[in-house]
Amino acid sequence: MSDETKPNGSGDTSSVAAAVSAADAGGTPATTIEIPREKLTKKAITADHPTWCPGCGDFAVLASFYKVLEKRNLDHEKIVTLAGIGCSSRFPYFVNGHGAHFIHGRAVPLASGISLARPDLNVFLFGGDGDGFSIGGNHLNHGARKNVNLVYFIMDNFVYGLTKKQTSPTSPIGFKSKTDPTGAIDQPVNPMKQLVSAGATFIARTHATQVKHMMEMIERAFDHQGFSVIECLSECVEFYPDVFDPADPRKGGSFELIQEKKWDNTPEDELRHDVTDELAAYKLAQLPFPGVFGVFYQSDRPTKNALEKKWIETTRAKTGNASDLELLQKTFDRMK
Amino acid sequence: MGEPNNPDITAVQQSAAANVQVPDRADLRPENINDAVIRLAGNSQDGIQTAGAFLARLAGRSAQDVMTYMTIPATISGGPSIFQVRIGSGEVLSAGDEADFLVAFYQHSYHDHIGFLREGGVLLYDSDNVEPDLDDKRFVYVGIPITGLTVEALGGTAKDKGKNIFVLGLIAKIFHLDQEKLVALMKEKFGGKDESIVNTAIMAFTAGYAYPVGNLLTKLYQFEKIDKPGGRAQITMDGNQALAYGLLAAGVRFGAGYPITPWSSVMEVLRRELPKYGGIFVQAEDELASVSIAIGMSYSGWLAVTGSAGPGISLKTEAIGWASMAEIPLIICNVQRGGPSTGLPTNVEQSDLHQAIFGSHGDSPRVVLAAATVEDCFYIAIEAARIARKYSTPVFILSDTSLATRIEAFDEPDLAKIMVDPKPDLTARQTHKPYPLDQITQHVPPGARILDGKYPLMSGLEHDEMGHPTGSPKMHMAMTAKRRNKLRKLADDIPTPEIYGDEQGDTLLVGWGSTYGPIHDAVKRAREHGEKIGALHLRHIHPLPNGLEKIWPKFKRIVVVEMNDAGVYGYGQLATILRARYCESKIESVTKTDGLTFRVKEILENVFKGKTYARNIPRDGAAVEHHGTAPENVKHLKEVVPQGVG
Repeated sequence: MSDETKPNGSGDTSSVAAAVSAADAGGTPATTIEIPREKLTKKAITADHPTWCPGCGDFAVLASFYKVLEKRNLDHEKIVTLAGIGCSSRFPYFVNGHGAHFIHGRAVPLASGISLARPDLNVFLFGGDGDGFSIGGNHLNHGARKNVNLVYFIMDNFVYGLTKKQTSPTSPIGFKSKTDPTGAIDQPVNPMKQLVSAGATFIARTHATQVKHMMEMIERAFDHQGFSVIECLSECVEFYPDVFDPADPRKGGSFELIQEKKWDNTPEDELRHDVTDELAAYKLAQLPFPGVFGVFYQSDRPTKNALEKKWIETTRAKTGNASDLELLQKTFDRMK
Repeated sequence: MGEPNNPDITAVQQSAAANVQVPDRADLRPENINDAVIRLAGNSQDGIQTAGAFLARLAGRSAQDVMTYMTIPATISGGPSIFQVRIGSGEVLSAGDEADFLVAFYQHSYHDHIGFLREGGVLLYDSDNVEPDLDDKRFVYVGIPITGLTVEALGGTAKDKGKNIFVLGLIAKIFHLDQEKLVALMKEKFGGKDESIVNTAIMAFTAGYAYPVGNLLTKLYQFEKIDKPGGRAQITMDGNQALAYGLLAAGVRFGAGYPITPWSSVMEVLRRELPKYGGIFVQAEDELASVSIAIGMSYSGWLAVTGSAGPGISLKTEAIGWASMAEIPLIICNVQRGGPSTGLPTNVEQSDLHQAIFGSHGDSPRVVLAAATVEDCFYIAIEAARIARKYSTPVFILSDTSLATRIEAFDEPDLAKIMVDPKPDLTARQTHKPYPLDQITQHVPPGARILDGKYPLMSGLEHDEMGHPTGSPKMHMAMTAKRRNKLRKLADDIPTPEIYGDEQGDTLLVGWGSTYGPIHDAVKRAREHGEKIGALHLRHIHPLPNGLEKIWPKFKRIVVVEMNDAGVYGYGQLATILRARYCESKIESVTKTDGLTFRVKEILENVFKGKTYARNIPRDGAAVEHHGTAPENVKHLKEVVPQGVG
């Protein structure tokens, strides 16, 4: 998903990144020396031990993420992990890499700013259902609509865990919490429906107990250019245990996968899901809990990153690729 | 419609002058002047802003100093509106208390603004629409059927559209303005459009210019030619443009915002201009997103800007607190308007100072700067960027409605010396601590390799030197001190401002932001009357520069002049801070909240109670002095000046 081109096309960041500053060593000008790179390992990207409760579904997400990074052997300095607030939003502290732990609900715009200003980076965003669908709900819609290039992993546990059991935007009706002692009465958000209608261009659903499937979803989201969202059912063992039982094969539940079309002209293929079909995705999203898992929707609509880049290129060409100084001077000449 | 050859005129003041009988005085020798205030009063759809802007641009091109002042109704279209231009051959500090020359398009324009015409001043009115009280012998009356003549000149299809340009022609004639330069400006302005628009404009202008206005006036005028030392060309723009171009010069290439009056035009310029420089300005879904996007851009290594007016800044404060905690450089512009809440969206106030300094949860130090003039809007942006980068901190730039909408001419900046190369520093580091306790944080953006393999995390949780969360009380104390101490370091780094006027004496006026002009004009006028008075203007408000404590003892009185409320304890927002900081009981406060810029006379009357250094002309519509808030002291805004605020 990373784009090697810098916004103003001035200099190749990767070679700059590989330069070591001799100034650090003694004030002489910086020289560009290729510093050897070792293969990215799980050890290199592991940071603090997670503060999550034992048995929390989020551990599996972290493990899958490490594995994908290792498999893809990304440049360590180009991995950026970001989050807002919540249990799952502690994620960046557990990844050794550039990152930021931001404020509640605003991680999508934070990540959008990074993705737009630095398309050479791999922007990974983590959060929970409260952060994504409640306090940050508006940003989710607009990030999706604008199709900013990033991967957003939402660990959905149907409850507010960090604040110790309040109703969340995805809590089912009847769920008894500290803020709904007689059971939740508000209609929960349907994440897949919301994302389809908001215009996200990669929408998938997975489950914390299905590590292999989760890794596949992360990789596909990573390979997609655009606003890629994965909703992962991730159990809160402390405040909403056993909520996903029916979906857990290990607990006797079902884990029904979306059968995607293979475009092989067979009669079976007729019944399979077309991931580019919004209405079909919407229908899948209507299935009763636990629903289905896999890719609901994917589209190659141009990203905001690409559209802004195109505008920059056309505008720069019109100015004859003038320097910053020439451009501003020209503007001032018109104001005389 | 009045007959053009039989103009409705009563030149009362000059009736005794012998040359009144001369039938055609078009060949009058113009009188040299060095300062004139021209107020155009009409409705906003008449294009008086356009005509006024031409005058301002022309003055700039002719190396004249110029300052404008305008009011715009908050209604979507229409409503009474004024544009005032002050052109001077010397230094123009304020837009002028009183007009020398008032152009009234309608009866309401006459009625509402005649009070602002100085005694002996000229009222030029559209005799098709206005019937002035000719018995009031204080003014010179010149009635011209502006509407009729414009329709006649343009052939009727355009109706009365173009009377602004007709009036521009009249003014050009009266003030001996450079006709060729004006026509060139009009061609530039309308050139991109349909050619017929340029032609219509020039026809209207020529008709106005050709009108035998010399028959109606006893004098024509001409600005003294001046030779500017330094010889840099003048450029003319408003404060929001200056702010936006200042950001460009400062190397700001990314930003995000949400539309709100009067900030919007800054983001419009940036959205249009940044792609030329390889940058992006994002129009976000809301204020919270816009500040968060800008923080993301800054985090990524490109110092970014966000901005708004007061209500929008309120929404951004949580994220600004994060930038302070995580020590991320960021520029936040607040183009202030009257508040609180939706308040007076198109009026001026300086009531967001405390919000800028303190507006957050927790102790979250940030830097606050305020632009003094339109020109300063340009330079303050460069200073803000310098500080944000060097101290890795959020920096507020305070501007306001009056700076945002006012056009000034100023010396063209020497861009070759000023322009900053903004690229992110992605040099690999052997090791990096994002929050060293013994140094000022230097932000290292993602993409920079850290060779010892320990990558930094920017955190809103209280953190240790590596950015990892800690609940240690000792660490919180140390980190709180670290974040505050860099502002103390900054205070050592900024010069003590110079005093204008007397460097010691009886009275020191202290100001910040757009009151610069009227305060300095007030000092000038009071000194002419023998007062020992000086002015101190603060651009760096938080932290305050060192050395102010040495200035206070040099004056008997210190009066802080600002456009906000005296508050519960009787002091304006800056006065409150200065009193708290210096425990200086000499510090007094002059404040006002009528939503209008300070008039020089108003400042003098408030500072020297009982004495006035301005000619005291009884009039309707004089500005209100807010000495108390008892009902009898509070006048409706419309009594002060019609604003058309919806």
